[in-house]
Amino acid sequence: MITLTGITKQYQMGDQTVHALQGIDLHIERNELVAFIGASGSGKSTMMNIVGCLDRPSAGTYFLNGKDVATMASDDLAQVRNEEIGFIFQSFHLLPRHTALDNVAQPLIYRGIPPSERKRMAREALVHVGLGERMHHRPNELSGGQRQRVAIARALVGKPSILLADEPTGNLDSATTREIMALIKDVHHNGQTVVMVTHEPDIAGQCQRIVRLQDGRVLSDQRVAGA
Amino acid sequence: MYIFIEALRSAMAAIRAHRMRSFLTSLGIIIGVASVITVISLIQGLSQSITRQFEGLGGNALTVHAKNDFKDVMRGKVNYLQFEDVEQLRGHVDGIRELSPAFMFQSGEIRYGNQTASSRQQLAVTSAFMEVNGSYPRLGRFLSESDNAAARRVCVIGEKIIEMLHLPENPLGEFIQFSGEWFKIVGVLEKKGEILGMSQDDQVLVPFRTGQSLIGNTHKPSMSITVSISDIGRTEELKSRIATVMRQSHRLHADQKDDFEIESSDQFLKSFETVTTTVTLVMGGVVGIALLVGGIGIMNIMLVSVSERTREIGICKAIGARSRDILMQFLIEAVTLSMLGGAIGVLLGYGLGHAIASVIPDFPGAYVPWWAVALSVMFSAGVGVIFGVLPAAKAAKLDPIEALRYE
Repeated sequence: MITLTGITKQYQMGDQTVHALQGIDLHIERNELVAFIGASGSGKSTMMNIVGCLDRPSAGTYFLNGKDVATMASDDLAQVRNEEIGFIFQSFHLLPRHTALDNVAQPLIYRGIPPSERKRMAREALVHVGLGERMHHRPNELSGGQRQRVAIARALVGKPSILLADEPTGNLDSATTREIMALIKDVHHNGQTVVMVTHEPDIAGQCQRIVRLQDGRVLSDQRVAGA
Repeated sequence: MYIFIEALRSAMAAIRAHRMRSFLTSLGIIIGVASVITVISLIQGLSQSITRQFEGLGGNALTVHAKNDFKDVMRGKVNYLQFEDVEQLRGHVDGIRELSPAFMFQSGEIRYGNQTASSRQQLAVTSAFMEVNGSYPRLGRFLSESDNAAARRVCVIGEKIIEMLHLPENPLGEFIQFSGEWFKIVGVLEKKGEILGMSQDDQVLVPFRTGQSLIGNTHKPSMSITVSISDIGRTEELKSRIATVMRQSHRLHADQKDDFEIESSDQFLKSFETVTTTVTLVMGGVVGIALLVGGIGIMNIMLVSVSERTREIGICKAIGARSRDILMQFLIEAVTLSMLGGAIGVLLGYGLGHAIASVIPDFPGAYVPWWAVALSVMFSAGVGVIFGVLPAAKAAKLDPIEALRYE
């Protein structure tokens, strides 16, 4: 489903050229649960941005569901993000003035779905993540775990191909981390492809497949037995 | 379409979230629009009331009067219309419905008992004056043909004369004295009100021939002849015909200039309209500057707002907002802000105009024409678009990754 071939990425930082990715070849199948792991500066964030269609590689090809997304214009990439990718971020990234329900419905606006249908879908997604009771609360009235649940509901509401999680438990305590990981694994068991970026071996250990990055290259790519 | 509605909803939410800031931002536009609506409402009210008064004076009339250059007057050469001119016009011009000569036979004191007063307009007129000038009697009757034929010592007075001379409520049959003779009051004219602060109700009218006998044949009257036209479409034609007859009557050679002028009664109205147009244009310039300042205020706040919401923009882009969705959202926010300002300005100006008009004594009621409202709102919206584009484009251009990282 995801096929990366010879992906490189350089960017300019001051007068220095940073080689963030130096030739990545990777294939991810449907319904995999993959973790990218690596030290800071290993290129895992850049990797995440490229897989999430937030950024384009400097060279190489990226096929997502058969579509060549490496060369798309930015508005087309926006549409790909809207339809194919659901994001979860470390710091939740919810819209502060919107209620939980409106936050979840937001991506559906860009898809042109009528308001009543939008509300119905958003409500369903919130019930699914266990937040049926707090739909009309704003992010600042919710706990960290609840906020991340809203973010997960928002990521899944549009039925994306990939759930992309960037350090999803980085800002959460250990009890909440367990809850959120359980939720993510539950989503995966229901057939969702999940790609996660983390620096915690603990979290990565709960995934099926661990891709270790170092200096912009794949250091190791191993399957975890029994996960 | 849904995106448009959502953008509008989100704009309202953003404006509501910063009520004070939004109000201060729109203040430039509010003040600009309010001041323009106030001035326009006052001018339009004034102009409407003046137009109405002039319609009362008879819109389809021409007035002939002597033309005197200041230079000629200094040399002692003063032109007059002559009594023969009246007969010449009556005999040689077709298309005149009524012909009303009038001259001032004196401007002096009027007495009643031991009260005295002075009138600006002591005129000798014929019975045609009533129709041509729209001066109808409220009490009694107007001057008649037979009053004129017999040069009777009778007069018709304006409403204000009663007050000035302390005449009884119904002054018919009372005698007042002027030009050394006693005149019987046979009629009181309907109230006409004021034009630009000058009362139109202090007239004293006597029959034409009575006036002639008062000034004697030696004295040259300052006379004007007003004609009402039966077919208003032929006004210009009639004007040149009158000019020809007048030149013959005054025996002017081809190389001599006219010693008379012909004015249509709406000429003053036209020049007043020129004044209001000028004032309106000047106000247009003022509002242009006010809206420019208001627009810069809006741009400033929108730029601040874009910076503040960089992360939100990043989030929206990450979950699928295209550049044009973001552009539209901020543009709509700017336009909503400026149009709200415009609407508040219109209401404020409307209130102020009516308040000022009611505070100034004898000032006609304010009137806000629909085009002023439409223009104000359109201009405010335009300002919102023009000054909203730059911040909105800045927001739309943001890179999602950097925007998400922004603290």
